[in-house]
Formats: sequence, structure tokens, C-alpha cells
Amino acid sequence: MSITEWLPEIFLVLMGLAVLIYAVLDGFDLGVGLLLPMDNEPQRSQMIASIGPFWDANETWLVLAVGILLIAFPEAHSLVLRELYLPAAFLLIGLILRGVSFDFRAKAVTGHRRQWDYAFKAGSLITSLTLGYMLGRYVLAFQTGWVAQGFAVLSGICVSAAFAYIGGAWLVMKSEGELQIRAAYWSRRAGWFAALGIAAISVMNPLVSADVAERWLSMPAVFLLIPIPLVCLILVVLVDQYLKQVPTRDDVGCWFPFVAAALLFLLSFLGLAYSFFPYVVPGKLTAAEAASATASLQFIGVGVAIVLPLILAYTAFAYRVFWGKSTELRYY
Amino acid sequence: MESQLADVLMLSRIQFAANISFHILFPTITIALAWFLVYFKVRHEISGHPVWMRIYRFWVKVFALSFALGVVSGITMSFQFGTNWPGFMETVGNIAGPLLGYEVLTAFFMEATFLGIMLFGSQRVPSWVHTLSTFLVAIGTSLSAFWIIALNSWMHTPDGFEMINGVAHPVSWWDIIFNASMPYRFTHMMIASGLTAAFLIAGLSAYRLLKGDTKLAPRKAMSAGIVVAALLIPVQIFVGDLHGLNTFEHQPQKIAAMEGVWETERGAPLLLFAWPDEETRSNAFEVGVPGLASFILTHDINGEIPGLNEFEEEGHPPVKPLFFGFRIMVGLGLLMLAVSWLSSWFLWRRGEVPVWMQRTLVGMTFSGWLATLAGWYVTEIGRQPWLVSGVLRTSEAVTTVPGAQVGLSLTLYLLTYAVLLFAYLQTLFYMARKSVEVEEFEREADVDLDELQDRAAAEPNAKPEEAR
Ligand code: HDD
Ligand code: HEM
Ligand code: HEM
Repeated sequence: MSITEWLPEIFLVLMGLAVLIYAVLDGFDLGVGLLLPMDNEPQRSQMIASIGPFWDANETWLVLAVGILLIAFPEAHSLVLRELYLPAAFLLIGLILRGVSFDFRAKAVTGHRRQWDYAFKAGSLITSLTLGYMLGRYVLAFQTGWVAQGFAVLSGICVSAAFAYIGGAWLVMKSEGELQIRAAYWSRRAGWFAALGIAAISVMNPLVSADVAERWLSMPAVFLLIPIPLVCLILVVLVDQYLKQVPTRDDVGCWFPFVAAALLFLLSFLGLAYSFFPYVVPGKLTAAEAASATASLQFIGVGVAIVLPLILAYTAFAYRVFWGKSTELRYY
Repeated sequence: MESQLADVLMLSRIQFAANISFHILFPTITIALAWFLVYFKVRHEISGHPVWMRIYRFWVKVFALSFALGVVSGITMSFQFGTNWPGFMETVGNIAGPLLGYEVLTAFFMEATFLGIMLFGSQRVPSWVHTLSTFLVAIGTSLSAFWIIALNSWMHTPDGFEMINGVAHPVSWWDIIFNASMPYRFTHMMIASGLTAAFLIAGLSAYRLLKGDTKLAPRKAMSAGIVVAALLIPVQIFVGDLHGLNTFEHQPQKIAAMEGVWETERGAPLLLFAWPDEETRSNAFEVGVPGLASFILTHDINGEIPGLNEFEEEGHPPVKPLFFGFRIMVGLGLLMLAVSWLSSWFLWRRGEVPVWMQRTLVGMTFSGWLATLAGWYVTEIGRQPWLVSGVLRTSEAVTTVPGAQVGLSLTLYLLTYAVLLFAYLQTLFYMARKSVEVEEFEREADVDLDELQDRAAAEPNAKPEEAR
């Protein structure tokens, strides 16, 4: 058995990884966009400054995820995007609005800044909602009907809440003073919503899909899997307790909510991955069935093996450069 | 059913053309502007003269804005293949996928990550790291052009693959990447980008001078733009000629449409103007130079050029867009030649550019955009009815999504693009006007112009660091 035969699964794992990193990284900057307070311009500037150097690279993980779907599983790429044609269009409009208002606001004609901030907030909202909606449809293999649609809408709301949660946590880490206290309050609120959502989806999923139910509830597995929701619950409670204390003395542990939220994303992701591996489209197409030619996967595989560590290294470098509080955009 | 598919095809084509046309506007600027920024920054490092940093700061803002628009419209592009052309990936995905993948891996992450440091990091990293970041962003944009042009050229002159059960499989990656038209198209596109950025810099700087800016920065920047344009344009014309010869060899029907040749003929004239008519399959109102087209394409006044009628069965591209598109591009090229050389001459002999010439430069600010779009339309429409020459027809690749959905998404995109294009242009000129008053006070890249003006107003006695 050589590595060549595992190529489809390897690419599936890579795609999952890209999605996870995207969810955490763009999750926090989408969340910051969602939380933008329209009553306080200096705080808005501060918040946007905290994500300024990162958002573009964060979004590139989405391009990579879609890219891998396109490269490694062209058939699945066509299937997914055909089913999700309109949501994808809305997603793109959301991303466009977001990405540009960011830059326009700093340069805009006097007096137009507020409009661009609204566009930024609206773009973030459209993006989060459609991402969640698409996830919901995808998880149920694009079933139609009220239940599936309702599930997808629920997923849209919960994913947005989760982004607001991690976005608030990011701000607790990157800001101080008034804004930090506000961020902690927002994050707490969003956290409970997100937790509720994760719980609802965990319960719904096995109910709607027999396949998933079987994977989770079969006998030995259930004992190994029980810890996942348990740890999630503990994390949510701990973060909530911490956020209540903000601002802590000397800002002790300001990174904790963000790291915990990221962990929560990881666990939810593992839960989903366990439910569906090795399917690219749940219940319809497995990685092996949808994979493109081996020669193509090998060619790009070499590139991935060389470049991905490099990407991770300079991404880490960029976060290192902008370490610490980003109180203000410093012009001088 | 038949007609509904035709609708979806038409809508999808319009949507794709609209999206890529909007997208390409910004890469054309950023690819070369990044290199201009490297140049400005390095000049600053070497000379220590603050004027270079000031030029850098103004143009890095233009870069950031253009880049943001390039990124978001690019993300739309990468979804398009799945949403509107599923047949494309299903048939040639084995080839297109890895090329797009290498673009993401080698280019996108690098440019996006170092962009952050380039825009916001100048106070946080040593100056050389900042220069290096600028350099890496420039490498990234050029690499990205390399990969996407390789793929696009492959669609025109496919090579290095075999068809198995109707699906393309790679045989030689070297032949796929360096296919027959790739070196020409890549060079032509890179220079097109250089010209676009050069005229943008010259035009916007001339605009500042006309608005009464007496500082050194816009003067220096304008000269840089003019000189670069003057150097690039002859090369572009030469490369364009080579590109045409290459196309003549591989896609003669495209050349026939560009030149408006219906019947195969010897000693074909170079048409300066004509009105090609697809009904009668002939031209009205021809004005041409006898024998010149044959001479340019075959280097023989009596050389033979195959006419469109030879390709009637196979299908050939629509003639009018190619015929006129080509003339717009070449006409703009000649105009660029005249303007940039004349301006250089003024710079050389008089050390400055007269006001009427500055006005002309302002008029030419976006000439690069027009020429680039015209060129791409010639190239892409010239490939029709094929999506991948001889392998896949455009009509075979289109989606089965209902037409109404495509119509809705198209409307949304068009609206968004119109608003953004307006805002972009407005902001560029606004930034130029503002910096006439306040530029010398700024220190950091992503500066907030409103705030600067307030500050300038608050310190009426503040001396500009540098008078002229
Ligand atoms: C000749 C150059 C060129 C051409 C023909 C295209 N692009 Fe492009 N693209 C670039 C040159 C470029 C660039 C210079 O690298 C950009 C522009 C601004 C930027 O951020 O990078 C970019 C950005 C960009 C991005 C965002 C990258 C990021 O997140 O940083 C995507 C996903 C694409 N492009 C995808 C495409 C696709 C699918 C195309 C074809 C159908 C395409 N581009 C044509
Ligand atoms: C960057 C400048 C480009 C411009 C301005 C451009 C423009 C166009 C236009 C106007 C069409 C429509 C032709 C017609 O239907 O009559 C088209 C078609 C197409 N182009 Fe490009 N193109 C560009 C680059 C690319 C690149 C880099 C790729 C892919 C790698 C590409 C892939 C396609 C595809 C898949 C179609 C099929 C859709 C269609 O035929 O309408 N294009 N392009
Ligand atoms: C003045 C002399 C010029 C000549 C003879 C020339 C020639 C050509 C030819 C023959 C093509 C089509 C190639 C094909 O489809 O296979 C082309 C495409 C193109 N041209 Fe030009 N060109 C000239 C000037 C310019 C200028 C000034 C610009 C922009 C600033 C430009 C930008 C482009 C672009 C972007 C394309 C499409 C991409 C490509 O196929 O390279 N051209 N040109």
C-alpha cells in the first residue's frame, strides 16, 4: 500500500484543515465585523485596526479550501456549487462588501466613513449567515424540504453567533479599557447562543441522518466520544466565568477566551469530521470516488508538502510582528 | 428547454465576462505597482531622501485599495468555475486544478501575509524587513500572474495532455505550463501591467500638479511614470507583434477575424477601418494599406492569409468585437508611444512637462485599463466557440442552474461592481486632491486623511519638512 493510494484521503484531510483554520481565523475577523458598535466611532476604528494586518491572509484560507475542493475533487466542487448557487453568490457579495469597506473607510471622502462601516458590518453579517446556511445544507447532503431548510437557517444563526463569540474573545485579547469590557460582554452573550447552537446541531444531526446516528451511538465509540460534548460544555462555562471578571488585574489570562473558543471550534470540527469522513459530500460522494487523476494529485501534492510549512511559518511570523495590544493605529 | 439552456449560457457568459473584466482591472494595476513601490522604497534606502518615502506612502495607499478590490473580485473568480462552468472542471480539471492550486499556494498566501507587514508594520519591523516584505508582495503578484496566464494560455494552445474517456489527463507538466502561446501572453500581460501602472502614476501625479501641488513628490513620481512608460511601450509593440505571429500559427481563425479577412487572400491589406458584416460575409467601408497585413504576418508582401470562410464549418469567433477590439488596443498603444516619448523629450530638454501635456497625461490615466480590456476581449472572444481550443466547447461546459438564478446573481454582481468602481475612482482623485494640502505631515502608511487635515489645521505654523 503506497502513499499514492491514500492521496484522496490526504487531500480531504488537508481540505478539512484549511476549513478549520479558515473558521478560526476569518471567524474572529468576521466576528469583529459583526460586533462593530454603530454608536462609537473611535471604538470602531480600534476594532478594525486590530484585524487590519490579518484579514486578507485569513480569507486566503477560504480560497485554499475551495481550491482544494476544485483541484482534488472537481466533481464534488461542481455538485456543491450547483446546489448552493445562490447562497454562494450572496456569500461572495458579503465578502466583497467586507473586504473593500475596510480599505475605503480609511480613505473615503469626508463624511462617508459611517456608510463604509455599515457596509462592513452588513458584509460580515451576510458572509457569516450564508456560510452557516451553506454548512447546514451541506451537512444534510442538500436535502430539500422544511426540516432541512430550517436546520440550515438555524446553522446560519449559530455560526454567526460563534463568530461573534470568537471575535469578542479576540478583542478581549487585543484591546484594553472600555472596549475590552464591552467586548467581554458581547462575547459572553454570543457564547451562550453559540453553545446552544452546537448542542442543537449535535442533537439534530443524528436524528436527521441515520448514518451519523449509527457512527455516534454504536457501542464502543460512544464512550470515546462522550468527552467531546463534555469538554465543550466545560470550556463554555469557564470562558463565561472568565469574561465576567474582565478586566482582570494586570490583564491576566486575556488570551484565555480566544484560545478556548478556538479549541471549541476544533472540537466541533472534529465532531463533524468524525460524522462524515471519508465523504466529500455527505452520503453521496467519497473522497476516492470524486478524486481527480493521480498524476494531478501527485503534482500538486509535492507543492503542498513544500509550501504549506512555509505558509504556516510566515503566517506565524506575521502574527508575531503584530503581537500584543493594538490599542490604536499609530500614525507616528 | 433548448432555448432555456441558451439563456443560461448567455447569462453565464455575460456574468463570467463581467466578473473577470472587473477583476483584471485591479491586478493589472497591482502587479506592476508593487514593483514601482519596491523601486521607491529602495531609492529611499539608498539616498535617504524623504521625498521617496513620501511617494511610497501615497502610492502604497493606492496599492492597498486596488489590492483589496483585486482580492475580493478574485475570490469571486475562484467560485465561478464551479458555479457557472462545471463542465470546465469536469473535463480539464486535472490540468486546471493543479495550476490554480499552485497559484494559491505559491502566490496568494505570500502576498496576503506580507501585505499586512508592508501596510502596517513599518514601525514594528526593521526597515530592511519592510523592504523585503514589499519585495515579496511584488514577487507574489507576479507569480500569481504567471500561473493564471499559464492556465489561460493552455486553454488557447493546449499541449502535454491526453484524452481518456473524454477527460484530459496530464502527460507532461512542462509542456502544459510552457505551452506554445504562454511566453508571449505572459510577457505581453506583464508589460501591459507595467504600462497601466505607469500611466496611472503619471496621470494622477499630473493631476496633483495641475491642482497646484508645488511639492517635489508628484513631480518625481510623474517623471518615473513617464520614463517607465516610454521604455516599455516599444517593447510592448514588439512583443505584441511576436504574439500575433504566434497566434497566426496556432489560431489562424482568430487572426482572420482580427484582420477582417473573409476570403483567403495573398497580399492582404492592413485595414485601418472597415465595417465587417457577418450577413454578407464581407467588409463595408474598407480603408487599408495594401499588402501590409500579409507583410506583418508572413514577412512577405504576397504572403497568404487564410480567410474566415475556411473555418465556417468548424465555427469561428464573432468578427466585430475582435476587429474593433484589436484596433482599440493597437491605437491606444500608438497613442501611448506618442504621449510618453513626447513627455520624455520635454523632461529631457526642459526639465518639466508643459501644462497641456500634463492635461493629456491626466486624460491618459486609465488608458492602460482600456487597452488591457480590449486585448483580453480580442484574445478570449477569439477563442470562441471553444472554451479549450479543440477540446471543449463553451456550450458544453455551462451549468444547469436555472436561468433565473443566474440572472439574479448577475444583477447583484453588476450593481456591486458599478458602485465599487465609482467609489474607487472617486477615492483615487480625492486622495490626490487631499495630499496636495497635507502630505508632508504624514509618517505612516495607512494614514487617515481626515485626521491629518484636522491636525494640519490645528498647527497652522507647522513647517513642511521640505519646501519643494
Ligand atoms: C494577470 C493577472 C491575473 C489574472 C488574469 C487573474 N488574476 Fe486573480 N489575481 C491576480 C492576478 C490575476 C493578482 C495580481 O495576484 C491579485 C490581484 C490583487 C491581488 O490581491 O492579487 C489576484 C487576486 C486573486 C484572488 C484573491 C487572492 C487572495 O486571496 O489574496 C483570487 C482567488 C484570484 N485572483 C483568482 C483568479 C482566477 C480564478 C482568475 C481567472 C479566471 C484570475 N484570478 C485571473
Ligand atoms: C484577465 C483577463 C481576462 C479577461 C478580460 C477575460 C475576458 C473574457 C471574456 C470577455 C469572455 C467571454 C467570451 C465570450 O463568451 O464571448 C471570457 C471567457 C472565458 N474566459 Fe476569460 N478573460 C480573462 C482571463 C481569463 C483567465 C485567466 C481564465 C482562466 C484561467 C479565463 C477563463 C475563461 C473561461 C473559462 C471563459 C468561458 C466563459 C465564456 O466563454 O464566456 N479567462 N473571458
Ligand atoms: C501596439 C501594438 C500592440 C500589438 C501589435 C498587440 C498585439 C496583440 C495581439 C496579437 C494579441 C492577441 C493575442 C491572442 O489572442 O493570441 C494581444 C492581446 C493582448 N494585448 Fe496587445 N498589442 C499591442 C499593444 C497593447 C497594449 C498597449 C496593451 C496594454 C497596455 C496590450 C494589452 C494586451 C492584453 C492584456 C492582451 C490579452 C492577453 C494576451 O493574449 O496577451 N496590448 N495583443
